[in-house]
Amino acid sequence: MGVATLLAVMAGVVLGGAAAAWLFRAALVALSRGALRRSLRGAPLTACFGMLVIALYLGVAILAPLLAPYGERAVVTVQFAPWSADHWLGSDHLGRDMASRLIYGARNTVGIALATTALAFMVGTTLGLWAAVVGGWLDGALSRAVDVLMAIPSLIFALLLLTIFGTSILTLVLVIAAVDATRVYRIARAVAQGIVVMDYIEAARLRGEGGARLIFREVLPNAAAPLVAEFGLRFCFVFLAISALSFLGLGIQPPTADWGSMVRENATLITFGDVTPLLPAGAIALLTVAVNFVVDWQLHRASGLRE
Amino acid sequence: MRQIAVMVGQRLALGLLTLLAISILIFGATELLPGDFAEAVLGQSATPETVAAIRRQLGLDQPFWVRYWAWLSGALQGDFGASLANPDRRVADMIGVRFGNTLFLAGYAAAMAVPLALGLGILAALWRNSVFDRGVNAGALTAISFPEFFVAYVLILWLGQSGWFPTMARVPAGVEMSERLWRTFLPALTLTLVVTAHMMRMTRAAIINLLASPYIEMARLKGVSPLGVITRHALPNAIAPIANVVAINMAYLITGVVVVEVVFVYPGLGQLIVDSVSRRDIAVVQAVALIFAAAYVLLNLAADVVSTLSNPRLLHPR
Repeated sequence: MGVATLLAVMAGVVLGGAAAAWLFRAALVALSRGALRRSLRGAPLTACFGMLVIALYLGVAILAPLLAPYGERAVVTVQFAPWSADHWLGSDHLGRDMASRLIYGARNTVGIALATTALAFMVGTTLGLWAAVVGGWLDGALSRAVDVLMAIPSLIFALLLLTIFGTSILTLVLVIAAVDATRVYRIARAVAQGIVVMDYIEAARLRGEGGARLIFREVLPNAAAPLVAEFGLRFCFVFLAISALSFLGLGIQPPTADWGSMVRENATLITFGDVTPLLPAGAIALLTVAVNFVVDWQLHRASGLRE
Repeated sequence: MRQIAVMVGQRLALGLLTLLAISILIFGATELLPGDFAEAVLGQSATPETVAAIRRQLGLDQPFWVRYWAWLSGALQGDFGASLANPDRRVADMIGVRFGNTLFLAGYAAAMAVPLALGLGILAALWRNSVFDRGVNAGALTAISFPEFFVAYVLILWLGQSGWFPTMARVPAGVEMSERLWRTFLPALTLTLVVTAHMMRMTRAAIINLLASPYIEMARLKGVSPLGVITRHALPNAIAPIANVVAINMAYLITGVVVVEVVFVYPGLGQLIVDSVSRRDIAVVQAVALIFAAAYVLLNLAADVVSTLSNPRLLHPR
């Protein structure tokens, strides 16, 4: 492929994406009301593109059994079949339909990543807010423990834990959630420390509130905005970590359709110049880009950063 | 000068303490298992004899602190014991050459990524809000989001298929430097693309942050050129955040090599740890994890020292 055609294709993709994003924004603005409408009107095209992609992925994940032409694990044709009308994207190394597995992969890969991020957030936020509210020795002990855990590179720590506990989906979710909860703890504690010194927290304490009520009713609502943006970022990290582990053969195990392991299983095709194995990797990349675009917009709005 | 020595000494002591805690964690993580590690590894195929054999090899019949002390003192002398999957092989021998290979790859990628990221960051800050700036920023945000194996396979498909660079980075012993650089170009380029984006965005942000200060306005008013303002006046004060982000990304390189080494079949530590995890060879995993963690701690320490030295005010904490 010449450089000129490559540039033309890239320009076409960018223009197409921008047009789709513009249409999606127009539709959202038409459908929404009030403050939501005002903020959507000011959303940059990149953020609209991100929201469009996220909506598409969610749709595919929820409707997977309706959209997929074949079953997730069914062997339907010869190995490494080329693209055809029956099998849009050909077949994989066992003769399973590639397009169907891609569609089911949206459900498995994204679902597991979401569950892991949610778990990491529940643990990390609860501990972080608790440390900030109670303070003193509890805060010190928890923070030093987290410091030590964070001094080990996260992928290496995850690999160590997977060696000890073995590889299954449950251990994968628990291990990644545990590793990422330390990062969430840091953010939640930092945010909450600015909040616990406020007058209304003192008033709540004087009213006799304490423990869980103080954490979840008084501190959490006011810490929510930065934590939501962090949730998006954290999801990207978790999603990439799970994909990387699956790609290494240590994450989601076959025969479950998963984008990371699909790349690994079919990687031999790449040496023959076939782009099919890149599609699941591209699907991972596209979703992460989309989430990052939306988070970037939200962070920009929240910080009021203007140059 | 004395203050600097004291400061470096304090940081080093703190780093050593962190490393000690990490080593306890890495070695002690097996204690988290219900039952013991020998039964967990063997699973279905556990017979009393095999369990006893692994217990003996890991020394599980001894108390934790005795085992930990034996392991740590061995590790300090470069002896990590025998591999669990293959008791005839010493872990230190398996690591030896591979450690050098991994350092070479990470260093190669760093030598390309750091100048590129700083250059792009400075240019983006110089021409901020221009088409160049927006393009580089969107490109950087996109590059951050790509999984390493995606970048690696795109490069294989694009540069490897056209035959310009080899897609398998096997390095036979005793090849010349230029040959070696050529053979490992694709893995190094993959790592470069992955880490450049983050460094570039932080460099740009650090410089732009400073451009609002009064002394920059003064420099502009006295007629210093825009490039001069940034390189002579803004950059020296931005060293601390830049050194930090460079160190974070060098540390990231160390873990990033794991996936890239597997894609390019490069004989480094990353490939070794992945193979050992699937064989559940805890002795090798612990050794490699300790090496990676030590490198990570050292890099963060170096960043800390550099940023303190670049800002004399930090030497005199109130």
